[in-house]
Amino acid sequence: MDFDFTEEQLMLKASVDKFLEKTYSFGARNAIIATRAGYSPDIWKGFAELGLLGLPVPQDRDGFGGGGVETMVVMEAFGRHLVVEPYLGTVVMAASLIATVGSDDQKQYLLPLIMDGTMKLACGFLEAAGRYDLGHVETTARQEPNGAWIISGRKSVVIHGAVADLLIISARTSGKAGDADGVSLFFVNPAEPGVSGLEYPTYDGMRAAEVTFENVQVNSDSLIGVAGRSLPVVELVADRAIAALCAEAVGAMTTLKDATLEYLKTRRQFGVPIGRFQALQHRMVDLLMHCEQARSMAMLAAMKVDSTDVVERRRAVSGAKELIGRSGRFVAQQAIQLHGGMGMTNELNVSHYVKRITAIDTLFGDADHHLDRFHAAAAALPLPSFEKPRSKWKQI
Amino acid sequence: MNLDYTEAELAFRDEVRTFVRTNLPPEISRKIIEHKRLGKDDWVTWQKLLHARGWIAPGWPKAAGGTGWNPVERHIFEEECAAAGAPPIMAFGIYMVGPVIIAYGNDAQQQRYLPRILASDDWWCQGYSEPGSGSDLASLKTRAVRNGDHYIVNGQKTWTTLAQFADMMFCLVRTASDGKKQEGISFLLIDMHSPGVTVRPIITLDGEHEVNEVWLEDVEVPVENLVGEEGRGWTYAKFLLSHERTNIAGVSRSKRELAYLKHIASQEHAGGAPLIDNPRFRDKIARVEIELMALEITNLRVLVADRQGKPPGPEASILKIKGTEIQQALTELMMEAVGSVALAHLPGSWGDHWLGERVGPEYAAPLAARYFNYRKVTIYGGSNEIQRNIIAQGILGL
Repeated sequence: MDFDFTEEQLMLKASVDKFLEKTYSFGARNAIIATRAGYSPDIWKGFAELGLLGLPVPQDRDGFGGGGVETMVVMEAFGRHLVVEPYLGTVVMAASLIATVGSDDQKQYLLPLIMDGTMKLACGFLEAAGRYDLGHVETTARQEPNGAWIISGRKSVVIHGAVADLLIISARTSGKAGDADGVSLFFVNPAEPGVSGLEYPTYDGMRAAEVTFENVQVNSDSLIGVAGRSLPVVELVADRAIAALCAEAVGAMTTLKDATLEYLKTRRQFGVPIGRFQALQHRMVDLLMHCEQARSMAMLAAMKVDSTDVVERRRAVSGAKELIGRSGRFVAQQAIQLHGGMGMTNELNVSHYVKRITAIDTLFGDADHHLDRFHAAAAALPLPSFEKPRSKWKQI
Repeated sequence: MNLDYTEAELAFRDEVRTFVRTNLPPEISRKIIEHKRLGKDDWVTWQKLLHARGWIAPGWPKAAGGTGWNPVERHIFEEECAAAGAPPIMAFGIYMVGPVIIAYGNDAQQQRYLPRILASDDWWCQGYSEPGSGSDLASLKTRAVRNGDHYIVNGQKTWTTLAQFADMMFCLVRTASDGKKQEGISFLLIDMHSPGVTVRPIITLDGEHEVNEVWLEDVEVPVENLVGEEGRGWTYAKFLLSHERTNIAGVSRSKRELAYLKHIASQEHAGGAPLIDNPRFRDKIARVEIELMALEITNLRVLVADRQGKPPGPEASILKIKGTEIQQALTELMMEAVGSVALAHLPGSWGDHWLGERVGPEYAAPLAARYFNYRKVTIYGGSNEIQRNIIAQGILGL
């Protein structure tokens, strides 16, 4: 049992930290957000050079071969710098999905293009009517006699959907919305006829898209994995995204906590630093405790997300998302409160961390959603039994 | 980063598990699991069994009769004992005064007291709080005046847990009143059977007799019962505090209580369905469970750092705050779970030999009393507000 990073993980952390320290100041980030694309091709190239774009790709395919803990290392650093590049969709989700269930051809063609930075991907798993339910897939795909698939439907809040060179979407090949069976995964080139979309900025500095598919024809090679059997894959990939988002939230929360503490030590009112007031000290301690509990859960999620025991994985991942949803909300709200009027401004970076933490709660299910999912996973376990030991005193 | 035990740790866990299963008397574990009242004998019986196995003092050095276990091994031991429903080892002798005597006591004191602590031959109590000195402990007024070979002690201690069983008390007394208030404090070992010692029960809101007032009137204490140097008692008290923090989070016990809560909630019904399936109630259980999962990892992070040579400082205060909040939430949910039958107050029914009528299921009887009793945990051992002060200073530098 230990909570240390390995030599290799420490090197990864050092290189990510150094790169972001050099390139990703708050001002640089604001400039990136203001561009038309909403991300920086130079930064993306930098990620490729550092090997970050191949993080979940196995070493025998020239990747880093990383798992949950390596992803945590990178995402926590992204959280500290509020990185807006399409890393979650392209690498944490798409690359790991392809590496897990892609065909040999799909791996051979796509993974090198992802790793060298040529190709960015986005995953569209959720639909407006389904809220956070990954099994609620109304989008349909039916196969033509010639093997091609015809896809129709609409995916909602596809993060970085419009900058993606290739989409991965879930579509139903049988059954009805909500059924566990019948969900399939497809690659869709957004340039295909019938794909249209609405791109919009999100309040946390990212971009997202509503993507509509009208009788979009894709060839038979575009199916990923086994037709109708992909909901467990969607859930696994979403869990990897959630574990990564938890780590990102912890990076952002910790930065916010440090900034707030610094403010309490420097801001003076009534002739003293405001950190001298016990009401604020105790609030600050609560911030710290929320950050530590959140870090513990992000670690647990990182360690268990690769577990083959699905119940164990879901309990850890949903438990983490639930706790971090709540603790992130607390830390964000109190950071503004303790910064006073300055916390309300767009000028100070505090509000930008607050917005990202707030956004993370809604991605792939908020705290309430994951409380339900946690409970469902716990219900799969046997209830504790308290068989009575034989007692002597009843016989007296 | 991994949560796996080594082969050796797994073997150790099995060894502890087997021992506890074979030796823990079922009537004692039943009392613990079902929140029944324990008598002095129950504690002493279990502690003597642990002593016979050489496992009574997990935190002591081997030379002093301890186990020499590292923090992770101590955690495994604690987890196995708690899961099986063993009574927690009484802190006062093993975790509190013992380490002080080992660190600061002279040879005679070590030879006289340590074997009796290990064997549970003496029951110890803690003479710290006074009516006017709670969180501001250093303001204590109980005086010890040197008179030849003795100190003459006068004063009043309060909230003295289980002093009604005690043979000995480790006591903070004032031996000087000039200078800083911390500097005039000394650490005395007082025989509770001495003339002038009076123990008066304080009945708490649950109707139980757990704490006491201890009156000290011209009590003669031999000078050889002074630990360390006169006037250095505050230092020893602070040292003691760092030992009291072993297992301060109480994660293993809370895991057992959570399992019992689920057991109760699966027996109770609301609207024709088991309470555990009621969305409002199951959400409350799930939230506590998630908090407890997080605390378990936070606790292990502190333990592993301790094993690597970084003993916990103010971080232990985080464990105390979160641990006690969870303990209270669990007692609250158990009481809520049984509904209005929790109102029945039949204190005899959670003691030994109850043959009378019951109201509601047997598990319901002590739950309200336990809820009220557990309001203490955020107050004792340094209130959670004092813990926040410690964190604000020690970690945040405010």
